[in-house]
Amino acid sequence: MDKKALMEIKDLSVTYQTRLGPVSAVDHVSFDIYKGEILGLVGESGCGKSTLGKALLRMIDPPGEISTGEIIFKGEDIMKYDYNKLRNFRGKRASMIFQDPMTSLNPVQRMDEHLIEAIGVHEPGVKRESALKRSKKMIKRLGIGADRLHSYPHQLSGGMRQRVMTGIGLILNANLIIADEATTSLDVIVEAKLMDQLREIREEFGISLLMITHNIALVAEMADRIAVMYAGHMVEIGDIYKIFEHPKHPYTQGLLASVPNIQFDANEELYKMPGEPPNLTHPPKGCRFHPRCPHAMPICSTREPSLLEIEKGWLVNCWLYQKHQD
Amino acid sequence: MNSVETLKQSEDYILELHNIKKYFPVQKSLLEQIFAGRKDFVRAVDDVSLNIRRGEAFGLAGESGSGKTTIGRLSIGLEELTDGSVVFNGIDLASLKKEELRKLRQKMQVIFQDPMASLNPRMTLGSSVMQGLIIHYPELSDQHRDMVAEIFEKVGLTPANYYFNKFPHQISGGQRQRVVIARALITRPDLVLADEPVAMADVSVRALLLDLMVQLKNEFNLTYLFITHDLATAKYICDRIGILYLGKLAEVATVQEVYQKPMHPYTKALLAAIPVPNPRKRRTEVMPAGEIPNPINPPPGCRFHPRCPIAQPDCAVDEPPLVEVEPGHFVACKYAKLS
Repeated sequence: MDKKALMEIKDLSVTYQTRLGPVSAVDHVSFDIYKGEILGLVGESGCGKSTLGKALLRMIDPPGEISTGEIIFKGEDIMKYDYNKLRNFRGKRASMIFQDPMTSLNPVQRMDEHLIEAIGVHEPGVKRESALKRSKKMIKRLGIGADRLHSYPHQLSGGMRQRVMTGIGLILNANLIIADEATTSLDVIVEAKLMDQLREIREEFGISLLMITHNIALVAEMADRIAVMYAGHMVEIGDIYKIFEHPKHPYTQGLLASVPNIQFDANEELYKMPGEPPNLTHPPKGCRFHPRCPHAMPICSTREPSLLEIEKGWLVNCWLYQKHQD
Repeated sequence: MNSVETLKQSEDYILELHNIKKYFPVQKSLLEQIFAGRKDFVRAVDDVSLNIRRGEAFGLAGESGSGKTTIGRLSIGLEELTDGSVVFNGIDLASLKKEELRKLRQKMQVIFQDPMASLNPRMTLGSSVMQGLIIHYPELSDQHRDMVAEIFEKVGLTPANYYFNKFPHQISGGQRQRVVIARALITRPDLVLADEPVAMADVSVRALLLDLMVQLKNEFNLTYLFITHDLATAKYICDRIGILYLGKLAEVATVQEVYQKPMHPYTKALLAAIPVPNPRKRRTEVMPAGEIPNPINPPPGCRFHPRCPIAQPDCAVDEPPLVEVEPGHFVACKYAKLS
């Protein structure tokens, strides 16, 4: 089945200028986000997953910059957008939910004001009453009582705050929602309920959801496809079932084998990956994973592999699956 | 209430908690204090009894605000009890003078979640770890350096001399947690309180740290009180586990029993909510309504009853005691077997 791409990311790099020289937190990454899919983007701290998420909305602040690449959204390259177009794109076409809703919501603004403001900014013609009506409907849809509409952020629980953030994203009918560790600060039961809701919303509104997280089990629970990043590179991307059953990249293999599993008789012994992720000021030469890789070959330490298709819709960035001399 | 005490008396307990309570007063403005006329308390820990066997790894798990960290702090005398008693190695902590408690601390050490916050950024790793020796073993001052080097090797910080003069910011997060573990073990403790010790570590680093903790436990004959919100990680280190809800124990049993045959409806919901890293085993269970209530005015009767799928009318009235339903399996729910 061929899926239509909502967003195509081509050769995207984000570079930070630091005292120790330039650091490419995201290094020549290309992938697509399909219409209506849930794509799980996983990796460890410092692998560049959050930077990549922000870059998709061009939210990289100096000393960082998007140094190369195109971000094609519905046929237009948003890298070429001017300020006004970009502003319209953010919020209306794509929106983001962050880890800590308390820092994303205005502490002295009530919930209804947050939602009405979002409508007011992006749809200036809409009357306040109809904006309020839409806000009420959205809040109800997200399972929050209408009486909560006049609450301030600190009066709501963490789960409710995060649902309001989702509501702000949805009320303008955004096509893409980027959730960056959106449930990490929530307790498991609240997290599970928010996940159920995101799943329903995807069905109902047909949005695409990019889930950025370090929680691999959560991606297994939610996503249609999974993308794995390591040290600024995309190392593997493909169908969730195929990758969980037969991961190809040695990093994906190690990562999945080291995820604790609550069920007995599953993953009784965790895989202990040697070493730690590299410092990106001096990334290893060649494949960035080779110092920790159990299958490293001579070529791995000299030349970088590329992200190539090994099967339809399944891409792996590893010399094991690519032709090479020696 | 004290059904835990009905366990065989012959067992060797390193730590006994008898009906411990900890209420924190709620800060209010002066006006409110005058007019409201009463004080409110956060009941962080409300009548918890527990015995921890020598040599086991006991996990305390629960959501935020369940009181797991407070129980940990009470267990080693870092926090004063509102009521009840804590007995460590047969000694009631409340009977000790400040100086005596300090002496006893060499036998009970702590590992906290954030290694960067637990290490002094201006102290070398070597001198950080040596502090415990200077305080507890001043008579061995000529051997301190060798003892630090030895413990560095044990926690995998090799070569020890290389790490001795480094500062916390010069090493990685995983290595920092190893330094914190080394510092906890250098005084040769019997009990180690580990409060979310691997929560900050990445998955690929976490497995190594857990493995190290298990190894050290065997080598030094340690007892762990392992506090965590992550039940999946607890499975790899704990022998027994206690599930907390709003300052009370809901269920206590071996990890295997709790995970495979959970009885309390809260434990069941909690376990079902944890995602399994297998896309073919996605959750189908419906989650309980609402969120963990305010511990200032907890619901009467069973604290879980407003969210409980099997609640009966009397659950709102009677507080269910923690009873042994099967040998070694304690549950605080009257209707647990019916579900």
